[in-house]
Amino acid sequence: MKPAPFQYHRARDVDGAARLLAELGDDAKVIAGGQSLVAMMNYRLARPRHLVDIGGLRELDRMHRDADGGLRIGALTTHHTVETDPTGVLGAGFEVLRRAMTWIGHLPIRTRGTVGGSMAHGDATAEWCLLAVTLGAEFVVRGPHGERTVPAGDFFHGYYTTALEPDEILVEIVFPRPAPHAALTEFAERRGDFALVAATVDLDVEGGEVRGGRVALGGVASAAVRVPEAEAVLTDGGSFEACAAVAAEAVEPPADASGSTHYRKELVRTLVRRACEEAVSR
Amino acid sequence: MNTDPVVTHPRLQLITLDANGEQHDVVTEPRRTLVDVLRHDLRLTGTHVGCEHGICGACTVLVDERPVRACLMFAAQAEGARIRTVESLSEDGGGELSDLQRAFTDHHALQCGFCTPGFLMLAEGFLAERPEATKEEIREVVAANLCRCTGYQTIVEAIDACATARRGACVTPCGGPDSKEH
Amino acid sequence: MSEVPLNDSKLVGKAIRRREDPRLLAGRGRFVDDIALPGMLHAQFVRSTVAHAELASVDVSAVLEVPGVVAVFTAEDLELGDIVAQLGRPLSEFVPTAMPVLAREKVRYVGEPIAIVVARDAYAAEDGLEAAKVSYVTLPPVMSEEAAFAADAPLVHAEAARNTLVDVSLFATDGIDGIFDSAPCVVEVDTRTGRQNALPLETRGAVAHWDDREEQLVLHTCTQIPHQVRTVASRCLRLDERAVRVVVPDMGGGFGQKCVVGREEIAAAAAALRLRRPVKWIEDRKDALSASFLAREQHYRARAAFDAEGRILALDADVVCDMGAYSCYPFTAGIEPLMASAEMPGVYQLPAYRVRGRAVTTNKAPTGPYRGVSRPQYVMVMERLFERAARELALDPVEIRRRNVITDFPYTGVNSITYDPGSYLESLDLCERSVRAEGWYEKRAAAAAEGRHIGIGYSCFSERTGYGSAAFAQRKMKVVPGFDISEVRMDTSGTVTFTTGTMNHGQSHETTMAQIVADELGLDIAKVRLHQGDTDRITYGFGTFASRSITIGGSAVRLGAAKLGEKLCAIAASRWGVAPDEVELAGGAARRRSASDVLTYEEIADIAYLQAHLLPKDIEPGLSVTATFDVFNDGTFSNATHACVVELHAGTGQVEILRYVCVEDCGVAINPQVVEGQCRGGIAQGIAGALFEQVTYDAQGEPSATGFMDYKVPTAHEIPDVLIHHLETPCAFTETGAKGAGEGGTIGAPAAVLNAVNDALRPTGVELDDTPITLETVHRALNGAPNRELSA
Repeated sequence: MKPAPFQYHRARDVDGAARLLAELGDDAKVIAGGQSLVAMMNYRLARPRHLVDIGGLRELDRMHRDADGGLRIGALTTHHTVETDPTGVLGAGFEVLRRAMTWIGHLPIRTRGTVGGSMAHGDATAEWCLLAVTLGAEFVVRGPHGERTVPAGDFFHGYYTTALEPDEILVEIVFPRPAPHAALTEFAERRGDFALVAATVDLDVEGGEVRGGRVALGGVASAAVRVPEAEAVLTDGGSFEACAAVAAEAVEPPADASGSTHYRKELVRTLVRRACEEAVSR
Repeated sequence: MNTDPVVTHPRLQLITLDANGEQHDVVTEPRRTLVDVLRHDLRLTGTHVGCEHGICGACTVLVDERPVRACLMFAAQAEGARIRTVESLSEDGGGELSDLQRAFTDHHALQCGFCTPGFLMLAEGFLAERPEATKEEIREVVAANLCRCTGYQTIVEAIDACATARRGACVTPCGGPDSKEH
Repeated sequence: MSEVPLNDSKLVGKAIRRREDPRLLAGRGRFVDDIALPGMLHAQFVRSTVAHAELASVDVSAVLEVPGVVAVFTAEDLELGDIVAQLGRPLSEFVPTAMPVLAREKVRYVGEPIAIVVARDAYAAEDGLEAAKVSYVTLPPVMSEEAAFAADAPLVHAEAARNTLVDVSLFATDGIDGIFDSAPCVVEVDTRTGRQNALPLETRGAVAHWDDREEQLVLHTCTQIPHQVRTVASRCLRLDERAVRVVVPDMGGGFGQKCVVGREEIAAAAAALRLRRPVKWIEDRKDALSASFLAREQHYRARAAFDAEGRILALDADVVCDMGAYSCYPFTAGIEPLMASAEMPGVYQLPAYRVRGRAVTTNKAPTGPYRGVSRPQYVMVMERLFERAARELALDPVEIRRRNVITDFPYTGVNSITYDPGSYLESLDLCERSVRAEGWYEKRAAAAAEGRHIGIGYSCFSERTGYGSAAFAQRKMKVVPGFDISEVRMDTSGTVTFTTGTMNHGQSHETTMAQIVADELGLDIAKVRLHQGDTDRITYGFGTFASRSITIGGSAVRLGAAKLGEKLCAIAASRWGVAPDEVELAGGAARRRSASDVLTYEEIADIAYLQAHLLPKDIEPGLSVTATFDVFNDGTFSNATHACVVELHAGTGQVEILRYVCVEDCGVAINPQVVEGQCRGGIAQGIAGALFEQVTYDAQGEPSATGFMDYKVPTAHEIPDVLIHHLETPCAFTETGAKGAGEGGTIGAPAAVLNAVNDALRPTGVELDDTPITLETVHRALNGAPNRELSA
């Protein structure tokens, strides 16, 4: 379980990294925290000839609120930084992010793993992908030809594939508005494992009443997905139980050794209900 | 049969690592993981290899005071960071065991001892950041690493006892649930 | 009278701190991968990618072109002898099969080693593997017991018809069929248990080199059985045993997986011999999970007859163990079926018994011993039978056990085994009292009223420990382990070094064995040092397994220390001109009873070595003695009762363990903290088998688990704290009164967990008999059937 040979390049700035990626072509891969990539390389399931290490770009390791109340998270911010929120930028509006971090692996993974790395890796069960889809995040991406912004809905293309071009670097993730009534929950055989199913909801609550909300699921398809059918139940004033049942009905998760389609649908029902209950209690 | 071991491999690079406060220059292939360089190039063999995919935690070391999996980092990524391994725990680097290590022996928190350095560094990093950690928080953190011998209970108890004793020993009250003033 | 009363300073029975801890805590342990020798090379193995095939060709020419690769060897290159494990049984009962060090002609499982690649580092070695070209003529793989027994099944080994390696039918009490015909209650179970990996956190590994000065191959390897590795290495490499030295460094667990001789360590040694350079092989986790020795995949069809009061009348069992592709050395494929067949009646007074035990060979990685060997499985089956009978007869699950456990000792069972005294009933009573005292029965009732699912489960078992030569000879092994030899030596500074043929890999022998010696000699434990794990320093040994170390090894050690003590007394007595029984040993000195004369051990040792002219003619110079110990009866039985409380979560199928109680009796506990550690660790492994861990294979023979994502070792989050109560029924024939304590936790846990789950499922009418219990199974049980009335 030793990786295949590669050449290592340490980026000095984002533009330099993008230029390097453009030069090196398809054989290059960006490494940030490396918590997924290095394991895959040790198994030789990934074998890039060039690694471009952006880990030293400290300017991408910051979290701040913008003038509109949105939250901007630099791509190299670690899960642990979000979890501990040392500068207190999250507040009640983004408390959901802090709490969601406890579901990501374990402490020594969260100290190295980064928000941007997780998004760019695009695992179908990843907490960050789910949060991005639910909370309508935007991805600020920079390449040799400049910067562009990709909405979450267009960013995740399926199993481990995203809208990032090979020579582009994810620099910042923007959560445009606070989500005080949001929650993420999941279930796995062991704590810290990749979720069998993960569920996130972001409720619109006015005067103690749920007026609507967004519901998204991980582990049920090739990428994190919104479930409009379940959201419609919330808009129509349906119960959480009904919302959860509709969500379970709406998806067709693939079966594997950990569970059948039926079982995963049942997990969807359980977890959507739990997420709704947690979110409304915030 | 070719038995000539001297085959030049391309792409060696020189890296400098700060391990336990000492600077080490290492000429290495960039693909070597931090744990392999610590163990085999720097001969810091106290850090162990258990899975090489980031689950078991036997290779846990501190990088800039935070516990990380040394099998999920290339050594080159650790340049410029402060690395601490189990060898740094004993006071004066080789003599008396630290309070954390003593708690492990007092509570029989190790049997074969293979996973132990990983748990020690996990706890060392965690308690430095959260000295007021509750036993339940400690259990959650202990769940980061695998132990096949102990059933974990005594590891949790050892770390909890160490944290409690440290809070008790604080000159200024730490505000922990069990803190005592002297 | 001596002024130092011996008993006050006794260390046996005290939880003293472990001698091995300081170095392990400081990162100064020395494990096999910590060994670095000048010029050392690194090996990895080209392994089969198919489960069953003839090897058409193995082309390794391109491997040598890979930068850093130094050599590559196939079976043809090395011409090694095969590893062959034997039983002294007729071919109708046991078919011996050869395990070649590297595959020849045929491969029999995914991961089987085909060629060894040696390179300047582990990275280059792995590069080399990718350049090997192996062509296979694939054969249909045999992937299940049913497929193996099929009339037209392909044969894994040509010599083993119906893919059967072991087939024994035992006991068959006269009239047993009549008992079943007339019994008021007959219950059955059909149980399958998952294939597990013992999973020491340190994978297997070895460093081999040729020592020119000693004309000796030195093989550093993490093994539980150094002398048996030496035997196999010498046979395969065609060296005299003298020319092989096996040295075991600190070992990161074994649990049985390192209790068999691995082909890779022999191949690494062969490469070191060829290259005359040190060669290191460290198994990576992928190989450890998929291609090492696995265990525990068994299928039981059992039925039991009971009378109307719930007393068991008869047991009839058919046990099939899927041993995978090869018989392991030295235990053979008989290890699991023979253990299960002989011992299945367990703690119960069983009048009639019939069993058939079979080992089937399949295209899966081979199996070896794993902590508990078959006992976790057959105890689970027995406990399921009792639970089922209790339901049929409307008896309390604890009460039915109470009516059946052995209470009069010694008890000779229908399986011809004599059980020495234990606390079967007492442990059961105490365990139930402990659970009741914590209010779990009330909590269960309250939960049921709220529609939640809490269950309480018990398991009762004993564990034969201290198997001597007599007991192992009954298995008809060609290698009959049993005795142990200890050499105890004092030097001129009065310090003692002593040896044991057992092999610590986490069990704290450096501490517990030293406690025994220090007590026996009245010596400061700091002046007592154990040596083990070096075939040049240890006379002979069978290593550590079957919970034999303290029972057998500890007894030999105590006898050796006593023998040394006799010599110390004799020398002191000769100096004082008194009879030796006028002398006693305490406080590091010989003391003359009813006089104040004292000779310190240093002073006696000075005479024994440096002033030997002072010794009387009948005392030889020096202070080195050897003692042996063996058990000539059926061994000694530790026992325990476990209780587990679970809550099942309807939304997810999760099994949450709320409480775990263990009442154990291992006789005299040399170090109670160490005993508790063994219990807790064993229980964790038992829970792992009950709820989490399993290696499965697809139809082509590809294993499911190549990493810890798939092989789900539980963490501190899943494993509960364990409340332990101790009972002590000393063993009458071990030298310390100790019984073995290494495996019990693992044996009792699966049954307790499974019974608790079934108790919680009681309102659903569903009963589960297989392990691991999966989330989906529990979820389906809780949600599939309509809610029935909750029973009290």
